[in-house]
Amino acid sequence: MADEGNKVVDALRETGFFKPKKMYDGGKVIVGIIILFALVAFPFLYNVGKAAKAPEPEIDTPAIKKLSKAERVCVEPRPYMKVNHMKLLTDWRDQVVRQAKRDYVGFTKKTYTMSLQNTCLECHSNYDNFCNRCHTYSGITPHCWTCHVNKPKEWAAGKLKEEK
Amino acid sequence: MTDIDRREFLKIAGVSTVVGLLGGWKAVELLAPGELEAKYFPKPEALTAKRWAMVVDTRKMDGETAKKCIEVCHRIHNVPDIGDPKREIKWIWLEPFENAFPGQLQEYLAEPLKENPFIVLCNHCDNPPCVRVCPTKATWKREDGIVMMDQHRCIGCRFCMAACPFGSRSFNWGDPRPFIKKRNPEYPTREKGVVEKCNFCAERLAKGLMPGCVEASDGALVFGDLAASESEVRKVLGQHFTIKRKPYLGTNPQVYYRV
Repeated sequence: MADEGNKVVDALRETGFFKPKKMYDGGKVIVGIIILFALVAFPFLYNVGKAAKAPEPEIDTPAIKKLSKAERVCVEPRPYMKVNHMKLLTDWRDQVVRQAKRDYVGFTKKTYTMSLQNTCLECHSNYDNFCNRCHTYSGITPHCWTCHVNKPKEWAAGKLKEEK
Repeated sequence: MTDIDRREFLKIAGVSTVVGLLGGWKAVELLAPGELEAKYFPKPEALTAKRWAMVVDTRKMDGETAKKCIEVCHRIHNVPDIGDPKREIKWIWLEPFENAFPGQLQEYLAEPLKENPFIVLCNHCDNPPCVRVCPTKATWKREDGIVMMDQHRCIGCRFCMAACPFGSRSFNWGDPRPFIKKRNPEYPTREKGVVEKCNFCAERLAKGLMPGCVEASDGALVFGDLAASESEVRKVLGQHFTIKRKPYLGTNPQVYYRV
């Protein structure tokens, strides 16, 4: 193996492969490479140590505060909801629209009406400080709110600013 | 082939039985309704039927009552009032006799029929052409006959609007929200680019309530199960002559008009 390697190196040497070549416009090229590196690295270097804090959705709405400590649970355990609420909502949608099933038995065996606008938002009436906190942080724009009203009470009373 | 004696045969048979039983038990476990399926239920108070249908008693349906029915329906479902007839959204509305019943128009039509407009809505046809053409199954016929729409799946192609011979479907050319005057916070709105129509108040039936227009009509609209011989719709249909819109098209509408 070593002999064969040497043979290749020798062959390359004969062709002049290892002879130093002149780099045209070397200075400019190297400066260019350094500038490129600086530009690419700038956002990373600039933001070192400034990581955005993980969002903390608020769960202290009046409707939730009214509940006793034991009752203060969602339809499924909190860790499950954190990860899977979007899947749960999709299942709810299909069951309600397609199967005409509107009741959901939660993990505490309590029965809930499957409705984003009427059930979820009843407790989580703070759209900006609950839904939006994580969605903004993770750059997600759910399509729910083009039809479902995120602040039903304010909307019904005509108090929303975004109304045209 | 090796010969097996009686003793070996019994051993193999015994082991096979145990394995088979275990497998069968596992199969039963796998096929049994899962945890998720057992979590969804229709509401106990929900109204159910084999075939929902409506009878419009045009003798009782005067202009005032019709206005009330339309107002209630459009308020419940957040139907926008856009004003421009080219962009209008309607679930239930009024048509003169010649438009509602073309082909059944006579030269000497009874005066009340000629003068009074007719209340019309989605006919929830037994053979709905809108369902046949929908490329995404956003609209489909439920087992109880209601022609439902899934706004989540509508792509706004408007094939259904072209297919419906009754003009029962409307298209949202723009965001309807600014045009919703009376708002119901319990029902969603629609968005730009989807088709909408009457849903026979499926969301109210699921809660055990009659459709909004029926409640507002003071008996001029009768709603019930066609398959139940003692239901009110069947009584009205059995006692009076009724007509349907454009029966010659074969869509088999399930909204009947007593004239």
